[in-house]
Amino acid sequence: MSRFRVDEGLLWSLRGVAFLAGTIVVFVVAFVGWEASAALRSVGLSRFVTDPSWYPSEGLYSVLPMLVGTVLVTAGAVLTATPLGIMAAIFCNHYAPAFVARPYRRMIELMSGIPSVVYGFWGLVTLVPLIAQVEPPGTSLLAGIMILTVMILPTVTLFADSSIGRVSEEYTRGAAALGLTRWATVCHVVLPAARPGIVAGVFLATARAIGETMAVLMVCGNVVKTPGSLFDPVRTLTANIALEMAYAMGDHRSALFVTGLVLFLLIVALVWGAELAGEGRARG
Amino acid sequence: MDSLARSQRGEKLAQVVMWSSAALVSAVFLWMLSDLVTNGLGRVSWEFLTSSPSDSGRAGGIGPIVVSTLLIVSVAMVVAIPIGVGTAVYLAEFTSTESLLGRLVRRSLDVLAGVPSIVFGLFGSAFFCKTLGLGFSILSGGLTLACMVLPILIRSVEVGFREIPDHYRLSAAALGLSRTSTLLHLLLPAAAPGLAVGLVLGIGRAAAETAALIFTSGYVDRTPESVLDSGRALSVHIFDLSMNVPGGTPNAYAAALVLLGLLLLINGAASGLAHRWLGRNIATL
Repeated sequence: MSRFRVDEGLLWSLRGVAFLAGTIVVFVVAFVGWEASAALRSVGLSRFVTDPSWYPSEGLYSVLPMLVGTVLVTAGAVLTATPLGIMAAIFCNHYAPAFVARPYRRMIELMSGIPSVVYGFWGLVTLVPLIAQVEPPGTSLLAGIMILTVMILPTVTLFADSSIGRVSEEYTRGAAALGLTRWATVCHVVLPAARPGIVAGVFLATARAIGETMAVLMVCGNVVKTPGSLFDPVRTLTANIALEMAYAMGDHRSALFVTGLVLFLLIVALVWGAELAGEGRARG
Repeated sequence: MDSLARSQRGEKLAQVVMWSSAALVSAVFLWMLSDLVTNGLGRVSWEFLTSSPSDSGRAGGIGPIVVSTLLIVSVAMVVAIPIGVGTAVYLAEFTSTESLLGRLVRRSLDVLAGVPSIVFGLFGSAFFCKTLGLGFSILSGGLTLACMVLPILIRSVEVGFREIPDHYRLSAAALGLSRTSTLLHLLLPAAAPGLAVGLVLGIGRAAAETAALIFTSGYVDRTPESVLDSGRALSVHIFDLSMNVPGGTPNAYAAALVLLGLLLLINGAASGLAHRWLGRNIATL
């Protein structure tokens, strides 16, 4: 294809490097899967949900309490962050004057870059004592939901913002010409047009919430028990791995890799969902 | 007339709700920032940044931890940059969007970008620490982070290459340059903004990471003698001080402020560069 020998060499080495980058994810699945296979063989998948509790030292491996913890923390955070994030994006595009919208956007971007351990630390030293005044111990499902909300808010906002920003000006001008109020324009014209991008952002935010480890580990209290109220401590699947990997051996260690594999599959499904939702945007 | 009055009331209400939600979000951000600054700033000094921690970190500074953090991030970037830039060049310059390898690589990088950091930690501990026998070491941690930052690095560098107008390539071809020298002398310098943004974003991502490092690079808070020693990253130090060391909170505040300042600087630079040079928002997502 090329007259130059050196180009052939370059092409093949670039292909090699790209192939290597592409196989990393295969390696991740293979090694986590390999480590998980021991527990899948000796414990079996069904006992991860049918065992009475999670006591690895006594051979009990029910992950249900942690699964419930993950689902509750994630659901709470996504349900709070979605309206807030969409409102923040509408604010930037249709309500705020430019000199407010620009710094506001920049602030949201900066928020998305703050490390999770800093969010977790701040939650632990500020939010947890506040919640403890209402009802001890303070480390709770509620604290986890609040911190995760702040953490995934930028993801929802930035996706909604770029999606709303792309809605054609013809639409909003047309709405204005029809005498619609700003709010009616936003509700009935802008949001429906921007929906695919917003949904993709919410999917990715959900994935981020499920995978988040440090912040929930630091503020949730980590008791292995299905919570009865917002003020009860919970342990999530991710926190469970972080807490027990240090000393886990044998089947216990392998069981932690099983939960890691489950997290991985959940998140791949969500990223895929986000992509499908985003494709609507490309067509629309 | 009633409906007109109602829609005007609705408009007012919407305005109030929008402004107050924005105020709420800003208030949370400023609350966090001011809390960390007021409680941490008093302790941050040159002394704190360079001296060794003592009494499990309650006293002393974060000198060895800063060294370990820099080493871990350097290992990650040294490994990730050649692979990342090579892959980005391949995707942007040497393959069409329809080619099989290109599509597979892109798809697999999208999945990799979504993998949660704790799963990277599991992978690193199984592959680098156990299978390759590197144990708890800065090398294991850095290699794990290299895998983690690859997707964001590749995406930014690829954008940098795609921003280069086609007449660069056409003129080079017309002059009879090989594609290799076109790449080295023309395209790489022209793609420098994308490279810079990718690099800064990757460093930011690596420096912020905690969960993937706990069981790959470990907890040892001495100054590492080589990359095969275990070393504690700044983020792990904050986690350990606030969770496992009673009375560690004051120093955790200072360490958190250092990490936060570092990351606001890094990410601010990345988004500034992206807005200015690439004219678009790659964002720190």
